[in-house]
Amino acid sequence: MSRIKVELRKDQIDKIKEICRSFNNNEGELINVLHKVQGEFGYLPAEVQEVIAQELDISVAKVYGVVTFYSFFTMIPKGKHPISICTGTACYVRGAEKVLEEFKKELEIEVGETSANGKFSINCLRCVGACGLAPVVMVGDKTYGRVAPEMVKDILGEYESQ
Amino acid sequence: METVKLTVDNKKIEVPKGTTIYKAARKLGIDIPVLCYMDLADLNIEHKPGGCRICSVEVEGRRNLAPSCSTEVFDGMVVKTHSMRVLNARKTVMELILSDHPKDCLICPKSGNCDLQNLAIKLGIRETPYQEFSEMSTYRKDFSPSIIRDMDKCIMCRRCETMCNEFQTVGALSAVNRGFNSVVAPAFEMDLEDSPCTYCGQCVAVCPTGALTEVDHTNQLIEDLSNPAKTVIVQTAPAVRAALGEEFGMEPGTLVTGKMVTALRRLGFNYIFDTDFAADLTIMEEGTELLDRLNRHLKGDKDVKLPILTSCCPGWVNFFEQQFTDLLDVPSTARSPQQMFGAIAKTFFADRIKVAREDLVVVSIMPCLAKKYECQRDEFKVNGNPDVDYSISTRELAHLIKRANMDLNNMPEEDFDQPLGESSGAGVIFGATGGVIEAAVRTAYEIYTKKKLDRVDFKQLRGMEGIRHANVDFNGLEVNIGIAHGLGNARKLLEDVRNGISQFHAIEIMACPGGCIGGGGQPLHHGNLSILQKRMEAIYREDAGKPIRKSHENPYIIKLYEEFLGKPMSEKAHHLLHTHYIDKSKKIIYMK
Repeated sequence: MSRIKVELRKDQIDKIKEICRSFNNNEGELINVLHKVQGEFGYLPAEVQEVIAQELDISVAKVYGVVTFYSFFTMIPKGKHPISICTGTACYVRGAEKVLEEFKKELEIEVGETSANGKFSINCLRCVGACGLAPVVMVGDKTYGRVAPEMVKDILGEYESQ
Repeated sequence: METVKLTVDNKKIEVPKGTTIYKAARKLGIDIPVLCYMDLADLNIEHKPGGCRICSVEVEGRRNLAPSCSTEVFDGMVVKTHSMRVLNARKTVMELILSDHPKDCLICPKSGNCDLQNLAIKLGIRETPYQEFSEMSTYRKDFSPSIIRDMDKCIMCRRCETMCNEFQTVGALSAVNRGFNSVVAPAFEMDLEDSPCTYCGQCVAVCPTGALTEVDHTNQLIEDLSNPAKTVIVQTAPAVRAALGEEFGMEPGTLVTGKMVTALRRLGFNYIFDTDFAADLTIMEEGTELLDRLNRHLKGDKDVKLPILTSCCPGWVNFFEQQFTDLLDVPSTARSPQQMFGAIAKTFFADRIKVAREDLVVVSIMPCLAKKYECQRDEFKVNGNPDVDYSISTRELAHLIKRANMDLNNMPEEDFDQPLGESSGAGVIFGATGGVIEAAVRTAYEIYTKKKLDRVDFKQLRGMEGIRHANVDFNGLEVNIGIAHGLGNARKLLEDVRNGISQFHAIEIMACPGGCIGGGGQPLHHGNLSILQKRMEAIYREDAGKPIRKSHENPYIIKLYEEFLGKPMSEKAHHLLHTHYIDKSKKIIYMK
């Protein structure tokens, strides 16, 4: 497994420690700690997990075990423009799967991954409450409705220069 | 004590409140099959994750089946362990487990000794009907110097995790990922070699399948033994002779020293030597170092590090090099007996028989998996040539003897060769917890007090308790000694040293339960401490039967110093018999 090494700044380490302390450094609170820390950093790189393990006095292996068990936690930073494809029932029956395949093909990444240049990441979500526009895709905060696979190239093109 | 009455398979029984169905049934002689469950009662470890569901039973009035290993009994409970519903469910569970398990039993290293295989036989599994619905999950194999991880064979019982985390407190392993992708792995799924693993091998000793096995050197050994250009010599660790017989159906605690020597000779080794000889040598060096530090301490030297910690156990050395890097200057610098033997064999002995270092193959028979790693350490090589070429476990030796059509039961008894085969009783007791420090005390006492010991048995140092302490009177000087076996117990003593509150002058530490007799390479004891107890008694029996009981009285040791080393801790002794420790903590933090 290869990955980019992350150098944590002192204020970042202090922030993690502070979060651990707010849960009394109790190992039983590991999941809550991970939630909070991911909320702060956007993801949970190895270095962050190591600090948490040290603070809660548990093995890094155990922290990693919990991180990899729950799909909510991620060790991969989101792209600059996170792409969310709705695969809820309405979007699904109107072809979300094909749209998703097109994004994966264009960016050469899988769901949950980030493109090599760090620009895009793909995630699936279930229903954004705009079923009338199905299939729906969100890029960052911008919503696209009635997306067809042929539109994927153009959507990505909008972010080319950003 | 509050008790509970219940019925299991129409038999009535009364058991203490809090008992599990599984244990209540056992009392009735009903053997409910288990798989993930592990009861190391004597070590206070009961692993009952209730994960595999093989032990499921029917409880009257309960809708679903109950895992008997982790379900407590209640008053009036009625249990059926072999109703048709239970038998069907058990078969289905087994078929599902096997649907994601390789079927290469013929060539699996665990074949014949595999809990999963035995269970498949017991349950009469003849097909795996779920196989066709999915491909089997696969995971890369991980080859470390001591242990091989083949996670395709992992059934997620997580026994290894319990040993690694709770008993040893090493924390190298955890269940990671989920569903079909779940395996037991180090953090970030790095290789074992890059993890805090100490290679103690206790995970291998409890693995029910071929998922965790030792690196096998027997084929290399057969090749070397059949090569006429090589002189192949062997050293056998003290704990091996007290357990090898078990692999041949002998009672635990049967000493097979002479039979083992004959078997090794018939296998074709040129010289059969004894690690116990090197254990005597270790005492000369470590004992001298202990006295040196003690004397300096008594003279008020503030820089001297006390307590001195023993350094014979490579699992323990790996542990402090990873997790107590601030204490690297506390343990004795003496190499382990295995490595002292190798260093002397490839210099003094090679010279004497006029064989070039490269043509001399030094093999060790060890109760240990960490020894496989230890002999590969760079500090123990000269121009890339290791002092000990490789180490094979007690289990591997038993297998090799059988492969060579020999039965230890019918073997005559022969003696070790000289000059590296003579040992005192002090060398023998290295195999049991407390033995190293007792051996050291026998020598250090006589050197320090310049008086003969009346009684060489220090019974206060012996026993099975995880942490022990005792005082030995050195003619007015009270020497405080601590002993720990199991790395979790060692950690407790170590933390006192780190915090500067340790009262001990010397501490002996062994990574495995009972010391080397319970090593990761020994015949499996399944957590039955009475087997370890019998091995321990065998070790002390061999000691008591030796004409020489003290290392410094071993005539071949005396001669070795006269002819070759000079005196303990001489420059030559330092060069050949001592080592330094390396801060390996960084390896935990960053992966490749």
